[in-house]
Amino acid sequence: MTIIETRQPGTVAASTSGFDVERVRRDFPILARTVHDGLPLVYLDSAATSQKPLAVLDAERAYYERHNANVHRGIHVLAEEATALYEQARDKIAAFVGATDRREIVFTKNSSEALNLVAYAMSNAVSGGAEAARFRLGPGDEVVITEMEHHSNLVPWQMLCARTGATLRWIGLTEDGRLDVAHLDEIITERAKVVSFVHQSNILGTVNPVEKIVARAREVGALTVLDGSQSVPHMPIDVVELGVDFLAFTGHKMCGPTGIGVLWGRRELLEVMPPFLGGGEMIEVVTMEASTYAAPPHRFEAGTPMISQAVGLGAAVDYLTGLGMDAIAAHEHEVTAYAIDALSAVPGLRIIGPPTAQDRGGAISFVLRDSDDRPLHPHDVGQILDEQGIAVRVGHHCARPVCLRYGVPATTRASFHLYSTTAEVDALVEGLDQVRRFFLR
Amino acid sequence: MKLDSMYQEIILDHYRNPHHRGLRDPFDAEVHHVNPTCGDEVTLRVRVADGVVADVSYESEGCSISQASASVMADLVIGKSVAAALELEREFLALMQSRGTQEGDEDVLEDAVAFSGVSKYPARVKCALLSWMAWKDATAQATGAVQAAVPEQEK
Ligand SMILES: Cc1ncc(COP(=O)(O)O)c(C=O)c1O
Repeated sequence: MTIIETRQPGTVAASTSGFDVERVRRDFPILARTVHDGLPLVYLDSAATSQKPLAVLDAERAYYERHNANVHRGIHVLAEEATALYEQARDKIAAFVGATDRREIVFTKNSSEALNLVAYAMSNAVSGGAEAARFRLGPGDEVVITEMEHHSNLVPWQMLCARTGATLRWIGLTEDGRLDVAHLDEIITERAKVVSFVHQSNILGTVNPVEKIVARAREVGALTVLDGSQSVPHMPIDVVELGVDFLAFTGHKMCGPTGIGVLWGRRELLEVMPPFLGGGEMIEVVTMEASTYAAPPHRFEAGTPMISQAVGLGAAVDYLTGLGMDAIAAHEHEVTAYAIDALSAVPGLRIIGPPTAQDRGGAISFVLRDSDDRPLHPHDVGQILDEQGIAVRVGHHCARPVCLRYGVPATTRASFHLYSTTAEVDALVEGLDQVRRFFLR
Repeated sequence: MKLDSMYQEIILDHYRNPHHRGLRDPFDAEVHHVNPTCGDEVTLRVRVADGVVADVSYESEGCSISQASASVMADLVIGKSVAAALELEREFLALMQSRGTQEGDEDVLEDAVAFSGVSKYPARVKCALLSWMAWKDATAQATGAVQAAVPEQEK
């Protein structure tokens, strides 16, 4: 494996789009570290979590060093500063996704909680008044998802159906990793109460046709929920343009800290949506018998929130906005297109997902065969890549139904972010060559 | 290369040419175990007769480590008394939890000592243990079933 040690990932100069990836990389201290006694780190696992720029680390540290206090309570200076910083983060994130009203941004701990929040609010609607009717569902009603959902946008809906007696339906997949929207009208019918789907798949990389699905859901009066975990970090997002009712995303995949996520919801819906978790902060008047609830977003933020993480996420969206989401998307598209070409040329490699960079993000799953045409298990592939300093993810990527659909037990996934380079793709291709040679013995 | 300690030749041999693979009859218990994080799965059958592990057969999907481990495990336990096989399982478990500090007793564990290198890789230990855990579970069910069935037959 000696040839691997001579390569220098990230030495490619500014890409044609004018995006200076080398400069960007210098903002991420971790990218300069080495692994396994001196090998440069080739981090191709950003779909699992992104690395964090200094600006985010600094913001969290400054918050704790100078302003730490609990928010929305107390009248002292620190409490006021902490509250202002927390609420400023809400403003920044609202602007980042094009929300017209800051009260549409609800902080959660991650995407999973944001999606669960909607699903639980829907079953809690059983005891709500007439205004909660839109959220209520029962036997005969349907919840529609897709076959490419992350377990976080699948299991909460299975659970909701189990609680309410509603039926779960899903949009299937085509051979080349896209949603099979040919029969959309038969799957999303008048019985559908909610349609929840992923914007960009974490396992296939597919970017789904939001407009088409939203149009059909609207036609039948269903609520729409978009899982933006893998889209908000990588492309310009405007919730008004998307036309959905809810959007869930997660801070740690967009250069922010772990422990913070967001549910954006249309104001008029949040106004009438029942709460999920009860506790401090989310109430209006409490007696021993009953309570009334605060207005959104606080109705959905029970207990002390993730304050420093919100501040960190605010710094992350400042950082991303500074570079420009258009420029980031263009850079990632370039790396993705390069990677699809390069990986397609690897003998024995089959991409699981769209074979072109069209309507596709930078998460590329594949399976590999050895020179005797026997499948190499992703776990073995990932281990031998790791030995060369190359970090990928292996397994079913919390989307087991996708593996079942394509008849593979698991995949190896390389995923990119704003700091990824074509040199890293070259390192991966070389690394895969080593994998095949290793099992040739 | 460092990986050679994990991917020993014995392991790669068992991986390429697994023993006792393919589900066989008769059997007393069948179990299905999965490794939810990496998607490895094994369906395993055990036949127990007169307190002896009379047969173990399996169908599995997974990485080289989990495949090879199933093959080595079946080789080891078939023909042993249930008590002796359970003792082997304990030995192997201890080896896998040793984080590379033990080599394993080759007289006892035979080919399974080759997995000592795997114990240095926490993420892979569960691959090596999957089939053993399945076997233990199936054997518990089989011996429970046999014990329960005896009075029936004696009636
Ligand atoms: C598409 C998609 N949805 C949901 C999630 C869940 O995100 P989190 O684990 O931060 O809740 C992920 C991340 O793994 C994802 O990729």
